[in-house]
Amino acid sequence: MSDLAMRDYYAKALIALGKVNKDIVVLDADLSCSTRTEKFAKEFPDRFFNAGISEQDCIGMSAGFACMGKTVFASSFAMFITGRTWEQIRNSVCYPKLNVKVCATHAGITVGEDGASHQALEDIALMRILPNMRVIVPADALEAEQAIHFVAKEAGPFYVRMCRGATPVVFNEGECDFQLGKNKVLKDGNDLTIMACGIMVDMALKAADVLKNEHNITAAVVNVSSIKPIDEENIYQMATKTGAFVTAEEHTIYGGMGSAVAEVTAKKCPIPIEMLGVNGVFGESGKPNDLLNKHNLTVQGIVDKALAVKSRK
Amino acid sequence: MLTAKQLSELSNISIRIRKNIIEMTHYAKSGHPGGSMSMTDIITFLYFNWLNIDPKFPKKEDRDIFVLCKGHAAPALYSAMAIKGFLPEEELKTLRSIGSRLQGHPDMKALPGIEMSTGSLGQGLSVAVGMSLALKLDKKKNRVYGVMGDGELQEGQVWEAMMSAAHYKCDNLCVFIDNNKQQIDGNIADVMGVEPLTDKLKAFGWEVINIDGHDFEQIESALVAADKVVGKPTVIISDTVKGKGVSFMERQLCFHGAPCNDDQKAKACSELDIKNGVCGCQI
Ligand SMILES: Cc1ncc(C[n+]2csc(CCOP(=O)(O)OP(=O)(O)O)c2C)c(N)n1
Repeated sequence: MSDLAMRDYYAKALIALGKVNKDIVVLDADLSCSTRTEKFAKEFPDRFFNAGISEQDCIGMSAGFACMGKTVFASSFAMFITGRTWEQIRNSVCYPKLNVKVCATHAGITVGEDGASHQALEDIALMRILPNMRVIVPADALEAEQAIHFVAKEAGPFYVRMCRGATPVVFNEGECDFQLGKNKVLKDGNDLTIMACGIMVDMALKAADVLKNEHNITAAVVNVSSIKPIDEENIYQMATKTGAFVTAEEHTIYGGMGSAVAEVTAKKCPIPIEMLGVNGVFGESGKPNDLLNKHNLTVQGIVDKALAVKSRK
Repeated sequence: MLTAKQLSELSNISIRIRKNIIEMTHYAKSGHPGGSMSMTDIITFLYFNWLNIDPKFPKKEDRDIFVLCKGHAAPALYSAMAIKGFLPEEELKTLRSIGSRLQGHPDMKALPGIEMSTGSLGQGLSVAVGMSLALKLDKKKNRVYGVMGDGELQEGQVWEAMMSAAHYKCDNLCVFIDNNKQQIDGNIADVMGVEPLTDKLKAFGWEVINIDGHDFEQIESALVAADKVVGKPTVIISDTVKGKGVSFMERQLCFHGAPCNDDQKAKACSELDIKNGVCGCQI
């Protein structure tokens, strides 16, 4: 199956939701063609509001709509809709626990050529630390679509993180069943577990094959799309069963999914963990694949971390 | 007053910059040609007839400071800097590639002569105000210049900075608004209107000058006038055309954040060559 873009499925979900729920409104900040919310705008022009290049106002207006009973989707690039607006999200969305879904596209280093100023590598951390905020990082377009349907039904603030490019399909049609607070074990194994999210999930599956075929190591692969709330029970189970983790995310290693997993193991079941992500630095311009290679966000990068963590067991 | 010779030199440089913009974004297969071309004449005038800068001494004490607030127009800046001598023109080809000094948005750590890293819209003016105040604190004569997008004015921070600049009487600060009346999602007036700009900016305490941003003589007289303003900052609202200089790119939203394809690039370059008199067949 060919690669699919999460943002296209985001738009598909929005339109489906817009048809059945008259209270859905969508806001953007002058990036509606990139985030694909323009598709919703074409279908439901009176329920789409462009804030222009003013992300803070976009979040504030979203809060206002939510106060009046609307279910609000607010979109832009991950950099601007979580960074520029962090305090607005904290005080005007999370504190009053309003029904605003912050849905970002263009997260991570695979933004590519635009460079460091546009590559959000801290957004999971920024959103995860906020009380009342729930954080979802879909592994592929189908999971993104499901997650959007889910958050529309569930009251309160959410952050959904999507990337720019088309990404490999992880789930076959009908196989994906996104559940908030639930990890999904995609492959079983005994020697270690690879906890992955976003575009790293597909690579984790391939890395598990390499580990099996070339190193005779069986690695379990878990999709951690619900980063908050996180599936403590599954983390505990996998830790006791496999005794070592690799976490893999397209995000800084500080404060992201890996940290969320480590917070659980540190408390309940301390085990060696190797974290794969961007090593606390800014990104730069380049082709998405060149950048992934540079930061070892690759199948080989996961394999290397797996071998390292295995030796620490 | 500009002489006929100066005018023709400036015009040739602006054509060369536009051609570089087309070629470098085409080569990178990404970047923002439209908003780079709308501010080309402004950056041409600043770099080749106005700013006190020296590519051999990019950090010299008495230099003027230029901040590209609308950082996505980096191709215009890089190209002007290359022709001025800050970097080899050949290096423009590395735009947006891994390891390049020519980041998608300006990176002051990468390339000497860039005074501030920009790219996130709305932040540049505040920085320029800080620079202006630091220079005043040190009793220095250097001036601070900037170029902002008209869409960029939608960011609230811009208006916070407008207040600060007027409050602190930053008369060593002069910014251009590249008033091309378009942003990504459409015409500014349709997406989020910013007019009446002149009245707003006056009310914010700024000296406001309106010009045609593609007319070197008007750019010059505005800068001369700004130099003489005392006790407040100056904004030069420059009416421009996005994609200016290549017929099929003008006012076309699709060239905001996407380069020419192969055919378009060839066509654009030959249009610019004709303007530059390369094939001598204007008449
Ligand atoms: C804070 C922020 N939000 C969004 C963007 C994405 N963006 C890049 S260019 C652009 C439109 C800019 O319009 P304008 O300022 O009028 O520039 P011009 O049309 O002259 O290129 C947007 C929204 C950004 N760079 N920074």
